[in-house]
Amino acid sequence: MAVLLIAEHDNTSLKDSTAKALSAAAALGGPVDILVAGHNAKGVAAAAAKLAGASKVLLADDAQYAHQLAETMASLIVELAGKYDSIVSPASVSGKNFMPRVAAALDVAQVSEVVSVDAADTFTRPIYAGNAMQQVQVPAGSKKVLTVRATAFKAAEASGAAPIETIGAAANPGVSQFVREELSKSERPELAGARVVVSGGRGMQSGENFQMLEKVADRLKAAVGASRAAVDAGFVPNDYQVGQTGKVVAPELYIAVGISGAIQHLAGMKDSKVIVAINKDEEAPIFQVADYGLVADLFKAVPELDDELKSKGY
Amino acid sequence: MKVLVPIKRVVDYNVKIRVKADQSGVDLANVKMSMNPFDEIGVEEAIRLKEKGVATEVVAVSIGPKETQETIRTALAMGADRGILVTAPADVEPLSVAKILAGIAKAEGPQLIILGKQAIDDDCNQTGQMLAQLLGWAQGTFASKVVIEGGKAEVTREVDGGLQTVSLALPAIVTTDLRLNEPRYASLPNIMKAKKKPIDEKTPQDYGVDAAPRLKVLKVSEPAKRKGGVKVKTVQELVEKLKNEAGVI
Repeated sequence: MAVLLIAEHDNTSLKDSTAKALSAAAALGGPVDILVAGHNAKGVAAAAAKLAGASKVLLADDAQYAHQLAETMASLIVELAGKYDSIVSPASVSGKNFMPRVAAALDVAQVSEVVSVDAADTFTRPIYAGNAMQQVQVPAGSKKVLTVRATAFKAAEASGAAPIETIGAAANPGVSQFVREELSKSERPELAGARVVVSGGRGMQSGENFQMLEKVADRLKAAVGASRAAVDAGFVPNDYQVGQTGKVVAPELYIAVGISGAIQHLAGMKDSKVIVAINKDEEAPIFQVADYGLVADLFKAVPELDDELKSKGY
Repeated sequence: MKVLVPIKRVVDYNVKIRVKADQSGVDLANVKMSMNPFDEIGVEEAIRLKEKGVATEVVAVSIGPKETQETIRTALAMGADRGILVTAPADVEPLSVAKILAGIAKAEGPQLIILGKQAIDDDCNQTGQMLAQLLGWAQGTFASKVVIEGGKAEVTREVDGGLQTVSLALPAIVTTDLRLNEPRYASLPNIMKAKKKPIDEKTPQDYGVDAAPRLKVLKVSEPAKRKGGVKVKTVQELVEKLKNEAGVI
């Protein structure tokens, strides 16, 4: 019943999604080994070894894993797969990239975006952008290939001390090469893992107006997000997008400003612990899911919110 | 260079779906069906490659019931040259779809296959990657830019926090993200012309694929409903409640 969990990281730090996916992996019932495939990623392996519930960490440290290209990652995981009954990864951009290759190579159906482990072979996952939940059973005797939605699981604690085993690289298929990366530099936390998210919609009217939200976000150490309408209107880049076709977030606090609450947006944030909506249209569907609604003109309310937070010492 | 564009017929993205009372699935009776939006972006990208003189032929492929022909006609009206319809039940799993597409790829010999990154019904996000593995090809998923040059595809991908560019040996797989392009509307003359374009009919067996599902769907249910909360009158009240009642700031 052994499980192989693929760590998500950037060669320097282990992403929180790994600790969360570990809880899902542990629920399958067997010992969980964590694979850290990267380049100069010893620190990441050390962090993974501290996760409670990990029985061992496999470190594949090689230049070909520096950017975790799908072709090389799949080749490595498939080589290791023989010893495991289940292979699990966070349903991150990276996990989504390589896991289906692993499933195809092993000739098994992948279960994507698992939000609950109901039994060792039974999983629940959202379909139709979360408008329905599907419970599926993997056939007996089949290996399980799962990607798990990290926000649906509690992070494993960093109280363990698993051994680290260094393993060699697998054959590189040699069909793809990393060229370059342009990452937006920001002092703010990443949208996917932020504790607080402040998002703007079409009601923001322009990209410049997002500066108001950024001020509030910085007071709350929050990430800034947006609805698809705001992205389509060109106010902010696509990686701000929260929703069915963008990022799925579940922060402690989600503040939706000038967002009407289209199904596609709700799908990306409705699992947030507390939702605040600020909108001048009191009929906006966003109020149906908001814990706290403020019917107000955002151009007045957002600066007021900034002042109020400032006066309270944020 | 030939480009293959697999497309899927799904519930239109504007339709609010309903779960069946017996929890056997989603009610698809009399529901508007359309081409999966990410696949539309794939068709558009292939047509643009043809307009630039990079692609010579664009073949639209779909797997599904007879009615799926309408979806292929839409792709033909947008500008694809011909279609292949593989008739099968509506719920073929991504692995089987990938196997059928691999069979078509071997018969057709395309240099590029462009798929949507995911279908908006099952939200699996698997088919393109599985197909790439089955064929032993490179993949550029979640693409926001594709440049074909010197026997390679340079694909810019949407990743966490920004963009990543990879260089892929051809033949290769590309899956589309939203920003790749804005699909065109088919003009009336092109819709008329599309009616005369050929669509080949095939079955999964033609490619030696058993399309029976592997996973057993035990039930499909409504998601937990979120209750609406309270309205606050002022920003001050909001901050007070977030701090003292909800304890989240």
